[in-house]
Formats: sequence, structure tokens, C-alpha cells
Amino acid sequence: MNRREELMQAVRKYDFALYDLMLYLDTHPRCPQGRRLFAEYKAKRKAAVKAYVAEFGPINALQADTETRWDWGCGPQPWEKEAN
Amino acid sequence: MWMYEKKLQYPVKIRRPDPKMAQIIMSQLGGPDGELGASLRYLSQRYSMPTNEIRGLLTDIGTEELAHMEMISAIIYQLTRDLSEADIKKNGFDTYFVDHTTGVYPVAASGVPFTAAYFQSKGDAFADLTEDLAAEQKARATYDNILRLADDPDVIDPIRYLRQREVVHFQRFGEAMRMVQDNMDARNFYAFNPSFDTKCSRKCCHKEMDT
Repeated sequence: MNRREELMQAVRKYDFALYDLMLYLDTHPRCPQGRRLFAEYKAKRKAAVKAYVAEFGPINALQADTETRWDWGCGPQPWEKEAN
Repeated sequence: MWMYEKKLQYPVKIRRPDPKMAQIIMSQLGGPDGELGASLRYLSQRYSMPTNEIRGLLTDIGTEELAHMEMISAIIYQLTRDLSEADIKKNGFDTYFVDHTTGVYPVAASGVPFTAAYFQSKGDAFADLTEDLAAEQKARATYDNILRLADDPDVIDPIRYLRQREVVHFQRFGEAMRMVQDNMDARNFYAFNPSFDTKCSRKCCHKEMDT
């Protein structure tokens, strides 16, 4: 696994935990443990996204560079082997 | 609305092209129990769900199905890279190639194009959620069949992930069904359609969470 893959995999790992917890909380909105875990992974995801975006560019258009160049379209598309 | 996240939900990295396998897996894009139909089913049905929790659940599962459609499309895309003429003729991929080259198009493995007739939006929570439970099981069974036919670990890995998500969605839909039942008259669930006949059960089950 190269550095790009490693950083992306960290983002995916937390996103997966958050998505699965979100579906769980949709039907168990009163579960305090679920909400606590969601908050915990949300913080970890934020750090993982920051690390990826700093080196390899935006995951979301809101993270795109508007100072020097528009980099939203740069890099391989998600369905390419090279992005996974 | 939706905003794009430029990543797959789970990685797809297939080294060996295999157009025959692409044609089989295509059923989970445009086939009767595929991810496109799943997404359209839940995103259409959500409007007539009786509580905010269940409307939210259908939005979130319908959105995840879009991410699964993208993963299936990525699998098809990667399985059809760098094909030779012989690869295309082998095992009948030529019948897809003649119409679509190696473009990704939603059809079933049998060649029937995607149709909205694969799903319903009945406007009745019991009918729709019962369909959703069956849909998840049918998709799970399709993934089981794909796993019987696949031998490349690069293909098997993301397919196993997608299969597992069907099981989780089935669980959540079961809970949603129970939430609807809990809101209804236990002596006769079908006394009225909570999506149509009355506003009495349209309030959120957990009222305090709305305020």
C-alpha cells in the first residue's frame, strides 16, 4: 500500500464506521453508546480527511484549492485502479 | 440534495480483466435486484413513510445504494480494461460490446436493460417495507450466486463487502417495520394506511428529539 492508499484507507475506515452507526442510530436514536461512538469516529475522521487532503487534494469540492488553481478535477477518478 | 465524495465506499482494485465476469456482475447494476433499482426504490418510497426516523432511514440507505452502484460500476469498468479482440469474442462479451463498446450501461446479465418495473412505490408503509426486506434478501442471494461463479480474490473481496451490507440493511428495515407496527393499533395493523388516511401517526416517534 502506498501513502495515498494508506491515507485514503484511513478515511474510508472511519467513514464506514460512521455510516454504519448512522443507520443504527436512525432506528435507535436514544442509544447513548451509539451517539458516543459516532462522536468519537467523527473526530477521527476529521483528522484523517485533513491528512489526505493536505497531500492528495480534495475529496469534496468544498476542499478544492481556490487560491492558485482549481484542483477538484485532478488525480485519478475513484473508479480507477490507481485511486484504490 | 447530494454532494459528491470523490472516493469509493470500499476499494476496488482488479488486476486481471475478465469481460465474462463483468457481464455477470452487471446484473447488480441494471438487473432486477441490483443497486440502481435499490437506490431508486428507497429514495422514491421515503416520501410516504409515516415517521421522520423511517424517512431518514430510507434516505440514508438509498444514498448508500448509490455508493454501491458506483462500486459495481468500478468493478465492471476495471474488468473490461485493455481487452483484445479475442477477449471480446470469448464467452459472449461480443453481444454487449456491439451496443456499448466498453461503456458502463445498466443491464441485467441476461441483456435485459434496466427498468423501473423492478421496484414499486406503493405509498403504504407495510407494503413498501415488506418489499424492501425482500429486496435486500434477493440482492444478498444474487451476491451469493456471484461468489459461486467468481474465482479472482480481487473481485471476491468487494463483492463480499457488498453482500454483507445487504444483511445490515435487512436488519435496519426489520427495525423500521417494527417501529411502524408500534405506532399502529396492535389489534389491526391494516385499519388505515398511515401514509395516506390520517395525520395521526405522522408525528415523530421521539417527539423530544425534534425540539
